[in-house]
Amino acid sequence: MSNAAFPRLLARFFRHAGPATASVSTLILGWEAYVQLSGISPTALPSPSRIIGQGFVQREALARHSLATLQATTFGFASSLAAAFFFSILIDFCRPLRRALFPVFIITQTLPLVAIAPLIVLWFGFGLTPKIVLVALVTFFPMLVALAQGYEATDRNIAALLASMGASRWRIFLMARLPSALPYFFAGLRISITYAVVGAIFAEYAGAARGLGIYILNAKNNFRPDLVLAAVFVSATLTLLLFGATVLLQRAAMPWARLKEIRP
Amino acid sequence: MSQARLELQHLSKSFGPTDVLADISLSVQPGEFVSILGPSGAGKSTILQLLTGASTPDAGQMLHDGQPLSPTQHRFAFMPQGDALMPWRRIIDNTTLGLEVQGLRREAARARVAPLFAEFGLAGFEDHYPAQLSGGMRQRAALLRTVVQQRPMLLLDEPFGALDALTRAQMQRWLAGMWTRHRWTVLLITHDVREAVLLSDRIYVLSARPARVAQEFQVPIDHPRQGAGSPGLAAIEAEILQTLLNPED
Ligand SMILES: Nc1ncnc2c1ncn2[C@@H]1O[C@H](COP(=O)(O)OP(=O)(O)OP(=O)(O)O)[C@@H](O)[C@H]1O
Ligand SMILES: [Mg+2]
Repeated sequence: MSNAAFPRLLARFFRHAGPATASVSTLILGWEAYVQLSGISPTALPSPSRIIGQGFVQREALARHSLATLQATTFGFASSLAAAFFFSILIDFCRPLRRALFPVFIITQTLPLVAIAPLIVLWFGFGLTPKIVLVALVTFFPMLVALAQGYEATDRNIAALLASMGASRWRIFLMARLPSALPYFFAGLRISITYAVVGAIFAEYAGAARGLGIYILNAKNNFRPDLVLAAVFVSATLTLLLFGATVLLQRAAMPWARLKEIRP
Repeated sequence: MSQARLELQHLSKSFGPTDVLADISLSVQPGEFVSILGPSGAGKSTILQLLTGASTPDAGQMLHDGQPLSPTQHRFAFMPQGDALMPWRRIIDNTTLGLEVQGLRREAARARVAPLFAEFGLAGFEDHYPAQLSGGMRQRAALLRTVVQQRPMLLLDEPFGALDALTRAQMQRWLAGMWTRHRWTVLLITHDVREAVLLSDRIYVLSARPARVAQEFQVPIDHPRQGAGSPGLAAIEAEILQTLLNPED
């Protein structure tokens, strides 16, 4: 990157992030003002300054529990991605299998989390496994659908061209169908990564040794809404960071997608 | 007459209830430029589908150098309707696609196409993505990808159909010049009468669907041709338009 590019990048950041920063700050300031002026009890509605202050006091515990949640999220999401790739390819090459498996996958999506989370903890214990299973369960289907739809979005002319060149079905998949699915894959990724964090916290809430979910449960039982909200802030930040990471990943993986306007 | 490079005999094809091709017979000699002209939806692209093996004819014969075409042999370099460039590949990697499928290493394939970029007016654009190129340049890149496969025959499906009138006229002249130098064997599909007359040695005019060959025209004028101004070409153009517009005469 040249030196001149940096101020331009900064300007672009403010142009894009400016409105969001303004709206979030207004919300927080309004909340702070309301709590200060109305004199509402901090056990009912703590002020943002109190949440931040108490969160800071508890920073070591929060960090430890966040790390556990982050670990569950990434492991669960990684297994879900691997499974989604595997099954999407299987389904792409074998149509009858699609009709056989899709109903099963849809059923997994209809299971209510409140009912299934305690069961999974019951089956797999209080360790990392039940979180991984639950995160994978919530994110697998959206990723599978995104990939399957992405393969179908392949330009028929490109597939016909490769076939005329003598490319095998697998070659056509690698050279055309897989790259065609990238925009769909990243759209699915952005949505699923937010589900993934929520899924991990849900699993921890149902029973865990560590994690933001169990931290929230304990804070609630001790009548500490300020700590509940501090944990919520942390999880929101975690989700935003992961979301940002997927956006950066997409830019790196699809450099051509942003070129449309830049003609030499 | 010598052995035809391509000979189609009484091809017919339906897709479900739709009869698309009724009776197609045509031939292309080695080094000849032949065009198929026909109304939109007549079944022109379907003929190329049969040739590339994407679908099989219901009846009829397809002979290449006198031998029946088999789906495992890839004799044609095919340019689909629309440029079919892969948006995620740089231009150089789009043009090497056919060579890579043939099993050439990426470096070797690049070395083979790189010297041709200047002739195709693409020098300096090797590392651009298709989205960064103008319509005419994209078509030239698609043509480069087609000819570099070094197949015995080119199948071009409306290569300039999506271009504006001025760019299209420029591209037609450019292709005419390229063909005069290289003398590829070409089967071109178009619905632009002027394009067919400017480029072709012979022209088959198809009827509306279900398609049959309505008439065959010779264009006995030496290459390179002077373009639309020439009276010989204009007369043939008028005659073909007459056939297309009044099919029952
Ligand atoms: N694979 C297919 N399955 C079903 N119908 C098809 C298939 N391919 C072509 N057709 C039908 O065949 C008819 C002729 O299509 P084709 O693409 O050959 O026309 P065309 O002459 O190339 O038209 P255009 O000039 O618009 O490109 C159309 O009605 C189309 O719907
Ligand atoms: Mg067509």
